Amino acid sequence: MSLSTQPKDPRTERDDITQPSLGPVGLLRFAWRQLTSMRTALFLLLLLAVAALPGSIFPQRSIDAVRTADWIARHETAGPWLDKLGFFEVYASPWFAAIYLLLLVSLVGCVLPRSKVHWKAMRSQPPRAPKRLERLAAHDSVTVDGTPDEVLERVRGALKDGRFRTHSHDASTVSAEKGYLKETGNLFFHLALIGVILGMAGGHLFGWKADIILPVGESMANVAARYDTLNTGPLVDPADFTPFTMKLTRFDAEFESDVKGKGQFGSPRDFTAHVDFTKEPGAKVEKKVIRVNGPLETGGGTAFLLGNGYAPKITVKDAQGNVTYSDATPFLAQDNNYTSVGAVKVAGAGPAGKQLGFAGLFLPTAVLDEQGPHSVFPDLLEPALALSAFEGTLFPGGRPQSVYSLDTEGMTQLKNKEGTDLLRIWLKPGETYTLPGGQGSITFDGVERFAGISVRNDPGKELTLVAALVALLGLILSLTIRRRRVFVRVVPAQEEGRTVVSIGGLAKDDDEGMGDELEDVLTRLKERRT
Amino acid sequence: MTHETLASYSNLSLYSAMAVLTLSMLGYAGYLAGLLPARERRGESVDTAEAPERELVAAGGGPVGGGSAAAAAAAPGSDSEGEVPLRARKAGGVAHMFAILGTVLLFVSAALRGGSVERWPLGNMFEFGVAAALFTMVVFVGWGVRRDLTWLGLFVVAPVLILLGLANTVWYTEAAELMPSLKSVWLIIHVTVATISVGLFAVGFIVALLYLAKDRFGADRGILRALPSEKSLERLTYGLHIVAFPLWTFTLIAGAIWARQAWGSYWNWDPKEVWTFIIWVVYAAYLHARVTRGWRRQSASWVAVAGFVCIIVNYAVVNVYFVGQHSYSGL
Ligand code: HEM
Repeated sequence: MSLSTQPKDPRTERDDITQPSLGPVGLLRFAWRQLTSMRTALFLLLLLAVAALPGSIFPQRSIDAVRTADWIARHETAGPWLDKLGFFEVYASPWFAAIYLLLLVSLVGCVLPRSKVHWKAMRSQPPRAPKRLERLAAHDSVTVDGTPDEVLERVRGALKDGRFRTHSHDASTVSAEKGYLKETGNLFFHLALIGVILGMAGGHLFGWKADIILPVGESMANVAARYDTLNTGPLVDPADFTPFTMKLTRFDAEFESDVKGKGQFGSPRDFTAHVDFTKEPGAKVEKKVIRVNGPLETGGGTAFLLGNGYAPKITVKDAQGNVTYSDATPFLAQDNNYTSVGAVKVAGAGPAGKQLGFAGLFLPTAVLDEQGPHSVFPDLLEPALALSAFEGTLFPGGRPQSVYSLDTEGMTQLKNKEGTDLLRIWLKPGETYTLPGGQGSITFDGVERFAGISVRNDPGKELTLVAALVALLGLILSLTIRRRRVFVRVVPAQEEGRTVVSIGGLAKDDDEGMGDELEDVLTRLKERRT
Repeated sequence: MTHETLASYSNLSLYSAMAVLTLSMLGYAGYLAGLLPARERRGESVDTAEAPERELVAAGGGPVGGGSAAAAAAAPGSDSEGEVPLRARKAGGVAHMFAILGTVLLFVSAALRGGSVERWPLGNMFEFGVAAALFTMVVFVGWGVRRDLTWLGLFVVAPVLILLGLANTVWYTEAAELMPSLKSVWLIIHVTVATISVGLFAVGFIVALLYLAKDRFGADRGILRALPSEKSLERLTYGLHIVAFPLWTFTLIAGAIWARQAWGSYWNWDPKEVWTFIIWVVYAAYLHARVTRGWRRQSASWVAVAGFVCIIVNYAVVNVYFVGQHSYSGL
């Protein structure tokens, strides 16, 4: 006789029996049994751990597409191969999905029958006491005052005080059991894992995320076309987006300048975006802040502050002095000191039908040394622009391109006035550079900061969170509660009016506390006598 | 007091802790060494399974009515007082006092560091290292209140010292404020609980290794004799892991909540997240393996060992070399 919180599962108990020839149905049943066995679950769990590994080693496209492309380009043979096998999109790859889906099926196939068994067990009485209690691993016996009937009544009381469920199958024994919550917790844990997966799937299908770079002074509206990038789940219609708007009025950034140690000087310390928020057109304007750990709930998605940088205000004029370009142009930070790259694309054609383009660096604290131009501190101490100029066709073939770089395939780089060297423009705020050959001029008017704002909507997150907390609770119940059975038999003692009480306990696995449990019951029993 | 003074007191306290723990380690080593010849002389087997009743008393269970329940309650622990030579016992006692003092000093060091930067002192690799050492010691000392763990001392204090040495040299980072993405109460909750469970897993790992060693090399070889029986060791391993695992589960959940606050999405498959998940899955596999028919306890314990190897990789490799959003090691 054994007690297991894991109900005896006939399906897993039988897998060592040699099966006679199987028909198709038999084969299916066999496969199902294998899949839902504990051993398969264990194997799949270990496999899941191994399969998750490569995603932390290789760059992942969904996280950093540029780095991924770069990696593939640098590994000419291995790169494309690994790409085909899904190593750069591990968590969306078919083999990763296969493992967790199999695990999920195994989980359902395992847990549902167990739930049924447990449901029955909870509503049935503890089993009959074994004949010889002294054979149980933990057992004891004492002699107490009282007739067997009286004593049995007291035993029942003592067991109930210990939160046992009791039942007498005959006049001289009590069977008791407790700890049903252990299996309940275990089942809740496993079922809740399904809830976690469903929540994640819900987020994937119904969720969306969008990013926008917003310089100080500019506004945005929550419409698909306004975002720089937009990723929607398969079941999302951007027409349903809530019509909020936001204007970035101020952006505060603080960097470490006191502590000079390695890895600390210049580290970011605080970023705050101040916005004028309107819930819908015509609603009143609310002043809000978005911080790195303090997103803004918009009512239809949450706005997070995920990045920031500088957007130098640049004006380009033609030879006649007409403004052909004037914008706060975001430059993308490349290192911790905000050495930033960017490009200016003057789409209007110049005199010879050629377009103008500028590409280069923005440096908040500029230094020009043998390393070339770079920034040595992230804040605006010594801002400068270092640009090269190009003329030609900005958008050859109409291919999509990054706003931070020029596609110079259809362009030629301008030379300096003497024609001896490539033109290098170095501008400080307020300075203007006149381009050679009557091409006009470029002015660095000043610098604004920009905020990288990400708006995300994940309707599955609540389900995931609740399911995860239920799983945690179930886990704690399952791991801390002991399932225990106790049997008591009473027989009249030699002396008149005394009774011998034999007690035996049966626990799952090795339960160190069983001896104490029996002792507790006996102590309570003795206390009841007085 | 200025921040710099606090920081230097914090370091002073850390060095004192390391000195005290070194003494503690020597004491524990002396305990084990003193134990061996004595036992060999008497030619006794100390496999505790053979002396269940004595142990129950030693484990603080108190006398058990009739004594017959003892078989089920066989607890590990050292042998009764008389068997341990006086000198070994003294060494063990002194070692334990030093272990407690070292733990207190580590705590003081972490607290002063927190004071010097006016934040929770868990913001970079150095601070994680000190905290992991602290919590491992807390687990060991705290557990030692309930049972005699003198046999375990050397195996806990020595790795803790190595960890502190690494933290102090390779991972040292000057005290400073945090970057914005780390300023959150969820940092405090998530990282603190993570470090506590790492402390528990660490002790569990050590006990698992001792179990596997004893199982592999025989119960009466050298130092292994001084340990509790294989059965007890295995059970202790499990006992530690079932406390640590829910805490790690909580770490995972709290981390996800914080990730949503800071990065907009609760799960990004960032390398650190991947490893937290891998560690969770491996330990879940351990708990499964222990009850899977056809899997021996030894094999299951190897899964637990693998789990801790993952923790070490996560800490020492992923933090430093893998590119991800968790790049705050300060290196
Ligand atoms: C998503 C995959 C799974 C995970 C993460 C997982 C995790 C766990 C964990 C952590 C435990 C230990 C806690 C406890 O005892 O309640 C456990 C126990 C258990 N699991 Fe799973 N499990 C998974 C799938 C399965 C499957 C597919 C089966 C069925 C074949 C299964 C059957 C069991 C059983 C019977 C126990 C109880 C062990 C005992 O009596 O102590 N699990 N599981």
